[in-house]
Amino acid sequence: MIEIYLAGSALIGTILFFNRGKVLNYGLIWLFIALQCTFAIYACMNYNQTESIYFTFDSLGIIMLLTATIISIPAVIHSWIYIEESEEKTPRSRATYFGALVLLITAVSAAYLANHIAVVWIFTEITTLSASALIYHHRNKLALEGTWKYVFICAISITFVFIGILFLSLSFAKGGSDDLSFKNLLIHKSFLNLSWLRLAFLFIFTGFTAKLGLFPMFTAGVDAKDKAPGPAAALLSSIVMCMGFVGIFRFYIVVANTPLLHWASLVVGIAAFISLFIAAVYMIKVKNIKRMMAYSSVEHMGLVMLGIAAGGIGYYAAILHIVLHSFVKSSLFFQYNQIYRVYKNKNIYQLGNYFKYNTTGAIVVLLAFISVTAMPPSGMFVSEFLIFRSMFESNQLILLLVVLLLLTLIIWAFAKNIFKLLFIPPVNFDETTVPVISAWRSVSQFILIGGAAYLGLNPPLIFVDLIKNSISLLPH
Amino acid sequence: MLHVLLIVFLISLFYMSIANRMSTYVNVLALQGILLFFVAFLELKSINTLNLIFILLETIIIKSIAVPAFLKYVLKRNHITREAEPYVPNFVSLIITTFIVITTILLSNTMEESYLDKMFFVVALSTLFTGLYFIASRRKIITHVMGYLIIENGVFVLSLAVGNEMPMLVNLGIMLDIFASVLILGLFLNKIGDVFKDIDVNQLTNLKDY
Repeated sequence: MIEIYLAGSALIGTILFFNRGKVLNYGLIWLFIALQCTFAIYACMNYNQTESIYFTFDSLGIIMLLTATIISIPAVIHSWIYIEESEEKTPRSRATYFGALVLLITAVSAAYLANHIAVVWIFTEITTLSASALIYHHRNKLALEGTWKYVFICAISITFVFIGILFLSLSFAKGGSDDLSFKNLLIHKSFLNLSWLRLAFLFIFTGFTAKLGLFPMFTAGVDAKDKAPGPAAALLSSIVMCMGFVGIFRFYIVVANTPLLHWASLVVGIAAFISLFIAAVYMIKVKNIKRMMAYSSVEHMGLVMLGIAAGGIGYYAAILHIVLHSFVKSSLFFQYNQIYRVYKNKNIYQLGNYFKYNTTGAIVVLLAFISVTAMPPSGMFVSEFLIFRSMFESNQLILLLVVLLLLTLIIWAFAKNIFKLLFIPPVNFDETTVPVISAWRSVSQFILIGGAAYLGLNPPLIFVDLIKNSISLLPH
Repeated sequence: MLHVLLIVFLISLFYMSIANRMSTYVNVLALQGILLFFVAFLELKSINTLNLIFILLETIIIKSIAVPAFLKYVLKRNHITREAEPYVPNFVSLIITTFIVITTILLSNTMEESYLDKMFFVVALSTLFTGLYFIASRRKIITHVMGYLIIENGVFVLSLAVGNEMPMLVNLGIMLDIFASVLILGLFLNKIGDVFKDIDVNQLTNLKDY
């Protein structure tokens, strides 16, 4: 089935690139969504089966695949609206956009399921290519700058991952086989040479941070989300970040089963803490609302990796948190397009009184704000609370205090801008040109935010089991 | 012989760090491609012939002919000045490169197991970090691309070291090489040169946070 999925998506993507017909374009994109859903259902039915040697439908892969499938449906709907309302639309830019979208979702889905580090790496390369086509959608100077930075930093980071894989093969030289799949590495973990493994972990971790949006390579993602169209930015801040997480997490499981566990958690913890610090500093300063959302993603990835570093219940909380974050942050980026349509601006000084111009959208922003800052009725409160608990249990009280202080700053900065957007009237704003925005466009965001709250507060048993299975190989 | 080639490769890095003209950089990159060709030829004896021919073609055609020719074309087409315009004096660059090489030699001595020829390790890692230093210290976008190509060469040296055991990884490395070069250089040729007439990283500072 995975061959059919990959070949089918590649075919649909190629036809989309070369076809300029509007009806056929939209028909094909829905055909792809149907294929994606079928594949996700097939993956669930073949739980823990391996296909085509390199792909396993394991728990982590299935959680992420379902998340990606759920998010890709509203992403296509909002892309459709976005392209149709865009003033500079041409058949060519539409075809490129949808072709790249299909390629991105396919590559990300395949990377989730890959059980071999080199295969994850190949699909990571493909996401760089497709994401750069999405970021360059507007074809102006600023978009070019964002694309160039993204491509360059991602190219360096995939080179880093490749160096890491080379070091891993050196570390595994005595293992007696040249199979670098995660399963085989775990079986032969006692043969791994620790000093090479250390280098391998450093390089692979640094490389995947470009996709995950963590220190040190986070800058590429922030610029990319700023310049990409809203629906594409939603995908970049949700499913692509999950892909970076999967790459790091699967290798972290291998490292955690060697004597390097403590050292690796220290590395992850330091990177996570610095990310939180950077996010706090920039969120206080930033005036561009889209960049503020992007920095908020950096903050949440920092929290996720703090959970991984703390261990214990933190592993569970980290996976829960990244799934919930994907739902909430993508809905915020979907809403961003409607904000931009009202104000034609993303500077916080020019925005305001959103309740007056688009009431339903304003409720979405308010709910998403409550979720992103992890206030109690939201689902992310649960996962964030569990992350703090894991830090408390691993006796990192001082770190926990500093993190809470940074989070307070972040909530303050976020709230200041969001409340300005929602309630305070903008200066010199011409109300006559405000378009009427249908309330139906906010439905998908309500579903995503509601789903996140449901998964956090009352997780179905099967979801809990899947998360528990995906962390079962980690030492407790 | 292998070690002589690798040391010449290392010396080419020193030469690049004090070179002043853009065309020198391009020539050194072409030279590095030829050196890599011979290193690959001498090192990879036990892999099958077809694969070896593929690797050799990659080094000689892409690394030492196509990419340098392309870079020269870009330099000419966009009227990029001959000077490299580094942020730091060349003397400081030389010291930093030396420092990088010494650090990697010290690092290689801490790796207890000598499964790998240490010369490969030293050359690969110093090339990698020199490339990163190049990106950080030069002003033009095209020198950033050259820094990236230096990093790619370093990665290629490292992949040759494990090439006999795992030829798949060498092929993957070549795939990365071609993919990233096409993506970066293609973007460069089509867009950057046309949009930003005066190619300088200082032009790429419009995306900011305030």
